[in-house]
Amino acid sequence: MDEKTIYFLWDSLQYLINGIAQGSIYALIALGYTMVYGIIRFINFAHGEFLMLGAMAGFFSLAAGYSFQVSFIIAMLSAGLVAIIVERFLYRPIRKSGRIPALITAIGASLFFQYSFQIMFGAEPKQIPPFMAEKRYFLGQIDISNIDIVIFSVTILVLLFLWWLTHFTKLGKAMRATSFDLNAAELMGINTNNIITFTFFLGACLAGLGGMLLSYKMPIDPMMGTNLGLKAFVSAVVGGIGLMPGAALGGYILGIAENFVSGFYKSSYRDGVSFLILILILLIKPAGILGKNKKEKV
Amino acid sequence: MVASTLLSVENVTMKFGGLTAVDNVSFTIESKDLAAIIGPNGAGKTTLFNIISGIYQPTLGNVIFNKMPLKKIKTSKITKLGIARTFQNIRLFKDLSVLDNVRLGKHTRIAYNFFDGIFRTSRFHAEEAKIEKECDELLHLFKLDHKKYLSAKNLSYGEQRKLEMIRAIASQPKLLLLDEPAAGMNPTETKDLMELILLVRERFQIAIVLIEHDMKLVMGLAEKIFVLDYGNLIASGSPKEVQNNKKVIEAYLGAEISSNSNGETHE
Amino acid sequence: MEILFNDYTLNIVVITGIFIILSLSLNLINGLCGQFSLGHAGFFGVGAYGSAFFSVYYALNVPSQVNMVMAMAIGFIIASFCGLIIGGVCLRLRGDYLAIATLGFGEILRIIFMNTDQVGGPRGFTDIPKWANIYWVYVAVVLVTILMLNLKKSAFGRAIVSIREDEIAAENMGVNLFGYKLFAFSFGAGLAGVAGALYAHTQSFLHPESFNFMWSVIILVMVILGGLGSVTGSIIGAIILMIIPEALRFFGHDISSLRMTIFALLLIGLMLLRPNGIFGTFEWGEKRRQKQKLLALQASGEKSGGGI
Repeated sequence: MDEKTIYFLWDSLQYLINGIAQGSIYALIALGYTMVYGIIRFINFAHGEFLMLGAMAGFFSLAAGYSFQVSFIIAMLSAGLVAIIVERFLYRPIRKSGRIPALITAIGASLFFQYSFQIMFGAEPKQIPPFMAEKRYFLGQIDISNIDIVIFSVTILVLLFLWWLTHFTKLGKAMRATSFDLNAAELMGINTNNIITFTFFLGACLAGLGGMLLSYKMPIDPMMGTNLGLKAFVSAVVGGIGLMPGAALGGYILGIAENFVSGFYKSSYRDGVSFLILILILLIKPAGILGKNKKEKV
Repeated sequence: MVASTLLSVENVTMKFGGLTAVDNVSFTIESKDLAAIIGPNGAGKTTLFNIISGIYQPTLGNVIFNKMPLKKIKTSKITKLGIARTFQNIRLFKDLSVLDNVRLGKHTRIAYNFFDGIFRTSRFHAEEAKIEKECDELLHLFKLDHKKYLSAKNLSYGEQRKLEMIRAIASQPKLLLLDEPAAGMNPTETKDLMELILLVRERFQIAIVLIEHDMKLVMGLAEKIFVLDYGNLIASGSPKEVQNNKKVIEAYLGAEISSNSNGETHE
Repeated sequence: MEILFNDYTLNIVVITGIFIILSLSLNLINGLCGQFSLGHAGFFGVGAYGSAFFSVYYALNVPSQVNMVMAMAIGFIIASFCGLIIGGVCLRLRGDYLAIATLGFGEILRIIFMNTDQVGGPRGFTDIPKWANIYWVYVAVVLVTILMLNLKKSAFGRAIVSIREDEIAAENMGVNLFGYKLFAFSFGAGLAGVAGALYAHTQSFLHPESFNFMWSVIILVMVILGGLGSVTGSIIGAIILMIIPEALRFFGHDISSLRMTIFALLLIGLMLLRPNGIFGTFEWGEKRRQKQKLLALQASGEKSGGGI
């Protein structure tokens, strides 16, 4: 093997590792999108903003002197609380008006949070100090950050938790029932409204978590939700929207693809990768990699 | 003059995954026929209509209309070729006016193009006037002309069913498929509908096939009846033949009753 | 008087006219045809950059009026061609997916503008010849308005509307769904391209951030405010949404964040209280006139007796 190939392989490995770390975060956020879509066929455009709100809450909690552990929890719960309010008072009344009004409302909510926070807190990004001391490990030609390992582990734990929740608890069963057939679930005595609200809450908590984990890598600002939210959405669609494993799969695919393109080609095209992948999947298999197609009955 | 075969359904089978909705069904319709397709719910009647009108492509078999095979031809083209239909659940353009609904029925017969429309040429004006006149005539025939500016959603149920029929007839079809036109109607309305259908056949010289559950209407109106059960064509013929057919009685009433009835028929 | 006729105000009027055209063109796609497109600013940009590219590098030795017409034509052609391709890809999808896909394409276009150095990239495209002015813009506004109104009240327009109302029923009327959707999409894109050409040649400067998702949303709010499907509504919506921020500016609030926050609240409020916008799918006064015709008919109808 010549030198060029060796470097290529080492670089690929590095990008793969970076991609997995990045992908973990996309996966965490994508889970929120996919859970909500799975239950009410609704794309919550404002999901990225839950991420931002969580990160903001975490930042202020830290600034107020609370420890990292507490701040993480505050971040997640704040995001969750906002989600509950938005779902209960904004989304729920509009849902009956149709899909497009609901989508537009979500867009409105998203913009509202972004720009009102920009007015309140200014557009300058705020830096959150790393939540643990960073140590870089060098293995051959690649380096791995211990924080990346933590992020990956947390994501896996979350996925396992969700799997346990949906398959081994009564609540999870209710969630699955609601996503299969809302009316039937109602008739079975399940309070679907509460299930829906809970799903929003859970998804937003995960988004808040993702936002906090991300903060060691990049500063937070009111606009951070859009870009990340969109990429997480693409992840969810690619993997199969409505399916939790799909969100994870999509997240990792996107994270890895982005790092490869950014590394081997041009980093300014990084953002374009997600859109390109989106369009590819919508062309080839709109239901996503793990998804199934459905036809309308006449 | 011999009536030519208008529609030929040949060995049509429709499978959705593991479910066979229509199983090797064959029949023909001649021009100016008045036929009915009957059968228990879920027998595949609407699916058959959907195949003929191009919404589904049959898994096996062919549909031939006016000597032209309809394989892979889109619904929009099939309407242009001369097949029009109504829907079980009424698919009117509810927020558009009655007149606009009928005008849309005429879409395939409009003789001006995009540029005439945006530049308002004389051809546009002449054709639009002609269209409106034809729509008015149709509406007058069905006694809906004074409601022509009403939104379709504001019509009564029976009027909506009539409007759907008018809209279908507006496209000047040679074959009209009516999916449960009498659903939800009381006996008086049903009787009026029967007269209307006969009138339409005479006035417009078209073949009409209806799916119906109302036996009074079917037996009183149809000249040919096709009976479907679980996707199979179990009987076909005149009303009298079908009424006395053992398999038909079994399908509707169950095997026990058929062996008790000794061929007696009910009204 | 000074307030009304200074350069700044004049430019606002010019830009309002351009946004009226944008609003009308999006109304064709989203309002009349019911296909939810979220990437319209991308076509605006394609027309702007495309025509500017021609003007700056390949301008012909002819009077500026001829060049301007050519620029507008090029804007239209390039944008509608993009619309054809993007529509061809996206229009097979339904509802939410179509919206996201068009959003994605809109962003891809912006990223392309950002990364193309011949048109300035992130520094912007400067020194575009100022061949157009307020008269060009408003003649275009009038022409596009007439075109849209005529289209709506013709068979073509009715077919497009039927797709919005009920696709399956429309197909049964003989309407070729994909063909009409594609037409509405690419024609709407083309008109946005014309608006882009006018924008480029009145402002003389282009920046990719003028064509991002936020702008697609603003145009969408204009159409929704006026009423999805209403031509006159789109005009009014554009005017209202151009005036509000200017009025705010007058009172000293000059932040675009505030404008967007208010837009966002407006969107939400509209969806909660009046999702049909000002005119709904009707034109100004159309509902009233329709009711009058109806009453007149019913009066004469009562004499001929009820129907079956």
